[in-house]
Amino acid sequence: MITESTPYAGLLGGALIGTSAVLLMAGAGRIAGCSGIFRNLISLKFDGDFIWRALFVVGLVAGTAVTRPFAANATVIALPTLSIAIIGGLLVGFGTALSHGCTSGHGICGISRFSLRSTVATLTFMVVAIITVFITHHVLGG
Amino acid sequence: MLMQRLTVLISGLLFGAGLTISGMVNPAKVINFLDFTGKFDGTLLFVFAAGVGVAMLGYYFTFKRAAPFFGKRFYLPTVFAIDSRLLIGAAIFGIGWGLTGYCPGPAIASLAYLQPISLVFLVAMAMGTLAAKLVPEE
Repeated sequence: MITESTPYAGLLGGALIGTSAVLLMAGAGRIAGCSGIFRNLISLKFDGDFIWRALFVVGLVAGTAVTRPFAANATVIALPTLSIAIIGGLLVGFGTALSHGCTSGHGICGISRFSLRSTVATLTFMVVAIITVFITHHVLGG
Repeated sequence: MLMQRLTVLISGLLFGAGLTISGMVNPAKVINFLDFTGKFDGTLLFVFAAGVGVAMLGYYFTFKRAAPFFGKRFYLPTVFAIDSRLLIGAAIFGIGWGLTGYCPGPAIASLAYLQPISLVFLVAMAMGTLAAKLVPEE
């Protein structure tokens, strides 16, 4: 799917994500890391922390549902094929659990706290993802 | 407790709105960003710059406080090591991210599009997440 570069929508969306991260830290003292929230939710420990994580996820999906009609580049989304979704899902789950973070936790939150660990993680997954896309789209011809 | 939960819910709503308005919930936009030699779409860089910029500024003022407004304390990571778990994990995540264009946030948010494939991805992601528990700690 061809997408147009949308810098202003990107800046606005990024600012909203940053605000979300600040709100979660200032309000509840928590890192807005999606993989960590997901990892803890699926461990199904129904303690006091389960509720805030579930609420964040409910908000995440609801926020997407509400703003979808106004998203220039995301009223319709490209979908992976079944086999790619399964392989990719396994890798994303395994990798983020092993390194304790993803684009939001290490990328946005970690770098904003000047965490060297998160900066190294972010550079690593960025570079590997770029190489992966190069191989799948240009070497193998996707 | 009510105020804390309300804040968390609003935080989630803003996160979902941000991912959607920026188009990051669309895996094609992410893959096109990663594709320097193809149909390059630089949007992700703007999302990242604004996200980090706002969070950096907000965190700066937040951490001047002893505790969050509606919580006991700040729960910050206690691991600082740059070890093989971090590097190998990030690299494996990078392969999955490059293959699909999905990282965990947009993958969860994409449930709003009611496409069964999102659920398939999330089930696989859950299995991958659980599998990582089998890797022994160093």
